[in-house]
Amino acid sequence: MIQNVLDGLLTGSIVSLGAIGLTMIMHMLRFANFSYAELLAIGAYVALVFDRLFAAVLPFTSVAIGPLSLTVSLVLAMAVAMAAAGLSAVVIDRLVFKRIRETAGSLSMVFASFGVALIIRNVIALIFGLKAQLYSDDIAFAMVLSTHPLVLVKPDQVFTFTAALAIMFAFHLVLSRTTFGYALRAVAENPQLAQVNGVRLSTMVTAVWVIGGGMAAAAGVFYGLTNQISPVIGQNFILPVFAAAIVGGIGSIYGAVLGGFIVGLASGLALLVVPSGYSPAMPFLIILAVLILKPNGLFGEEQR
Amino acid sequence: MIGFISYFAFFCTVASILAIATLGLNLHWGNTGLFNGGVVAFFGAGAYGTMLLGGRPELGQFGGYELPYPLAFAGGILLAGAVAWVVGVLTLRLRHDYLAIATFGVAVAFESVTRNAEWLTGGAKGLRGFERPFEAAIGSPFGYSLLFLAFVLVVLVVVYVGLERLIRSPYGRLLRAIREDEEAARSLGKSPARVRLAAFVAGSMIMGTAGSLYSTFYAFISPQDLASILTFQIWAMLIVGGAGNNRGAIAGAFMIWAAWTASGWLLARFAPIDVQLYTGTIQYILIGLVIVGMLLWRPQGVLPEKLVVSQTGMGAARQPAPRE
Repeated sequence: MIQNVLDGLLTGSIVSLGAIGLTMIMHMLRFANFSYAELLAIGAYVALVFDRLFAAVLPFTSVAIGPLSLTVSLVLAMAVAMAAAGLSAVVIDRLVFKRIRETAGSLSMVFASFGVALIIRNVIALIFGLKAQLYSDDIAFAMVLSTHPLVLVKPDQVFTFTAALAIMFAFHLVLSRTTFGYALRAVAENPQLAQVNGVRLSTMVTAVWVIGGGMAAAAGVFYGLTNQISPVIGQNFILPVFAAAIVGGIGSIYGAVLGGFIVGLASGLALLVVPSGYSPAMPFLIILAVLILKPNGLFGEEQR
Repeated sequence: MIGFISYFAFFCTVASILAIATLGLNLHWGNTGLFNGGVVAFFGAGAYGTMLLGGRPELGQFGGYELPYPLAFAGGILLAGAVAWVVGVLTLRLRHDYLAIATFGVAVAFESVTRNAEWLTGGAKGLRGFERPFEAAIGSPFGYSLLFLAFVLVVLVVVYVGLERLIRSPYGRLLRAIREDEEAARSLGKSPARVRLAAFVAGSMIMGTAGSLYSTFYAFISPQDLASILTFQIWAMLIVGGAGNNRGAIAGAFMIWAAWTASGWLLARFAPIDVQLYTGTIQYILIGLVIVGMLLWRPQGVLPEKLVVSQTGMGAARQPAPRE
């Protein structure tokens, strides 16, 4: 029970990080982006490449930090991965979504996003292989928090949870303390009104792709660190991040964070009653429950 | 020669079954503007529904009622319709892309049930033990494969003619009216939510029909037959053929299925051994490129939608207007 809660909170922090960019994109560009979770996979794999690269070029970076299996090289690689995923998000938007946005409706973008997701996922599989990989082959020993009931936590998990919260808190400071943050919130809440007040929508769209891509990449690295890296990361995360965005209300950044934790906890606790084979379907049940009880989510406004 | 004809019959049977599913998707996406992200779930509901009702009973296994084939066939179709109705009622009043998310979720949930609920779906080993109609009477497998192809073609023609009559009827105009301008349709006293629900359920039942034929054809169904790539394949078939055009949907289904089979054969024949492991991966990338490429460069497809201007002007076509 306690183990399920802890695991749920950890998953929740990763889902939250992944859902922030998605909810902003879904509100600003008005389309459900099914290729969004592939940014987690891009982040995880770019970090894998640069982790190996840094460790080879600068051997002193390949030492683990304290009790973690996390190395200095992986921290550096994660920074590269965040930039790379942000850039990929902008490039994909320019190549595909922007052009469809200009000529067709938002559902054509949904359609295209499925195609983009299929391409990214399988190109990754072609380059890196279908097999799952790990950042470090060292065995990370779990800390025994209590023996009765048995509660195990790995140092990497504690780090992931803290780091995810830190990234989200940093983003909160940007949103609440800077002019850029105000502009971003204005665009997220009411794109038309923000434009009237001199906020350039196209600049903000690019900014959201970069920020969302960066956070998604971090989520991908964290997932890789605490679980494993495989080409199906995106496929496994797309429904949870949609569920988080819908629970919180589309367009609500804080709602997405809360939604991510709700999805994580619910999925963790569900394992107490249903076999783990059903866990991919949990976010779908959450989505259905929200659509029945509160179709606009916890903090969302009416959507048409 | 018999070998060639029998392979050709096999190819046509599968392609025609997929063409029926593509016609169902055309009613959703082409005619009504609904995005179905989980075609495979409705196809699968038809397949499993028919197997459960018409199959032989097995120990510890739900279903196996050995119902006469028409009842089993209809049961599969109704199951697909029932799933669609539940999803549609919950999502069709909301933001339009919620249907895409919910149907995608249905497909994920459906897959977990087919893989895990062994008492119901047989789990990973699937359901077998199904007596195909008239199989015993015909005797020869070759003769039966031709008969089954004929049966599938009859269903395809019935679905095609039915849909053609539907889209030319006032109701078809109503579907397009809602697709193009929901507010205008509402101002004429129409109820877009109800019409969309009806179209969604009907289209899903057509997909269920295809699924039911598929499981009848193989007398077997398992989660491996219902991988999520099926949804992508059927989308590619519609977008290549031409969304909104039923003849295009059928042509697209045959073209994409031919391309899929041919690419699989070429990779198996000429690719180095270590690449062959990634045959599926390469084919998936091709399907993705087809979908994105068509949406970018030729969203109207090979056979574009022919819009009927007025009731008296049937046959008079004009260039399709840009969607939404």
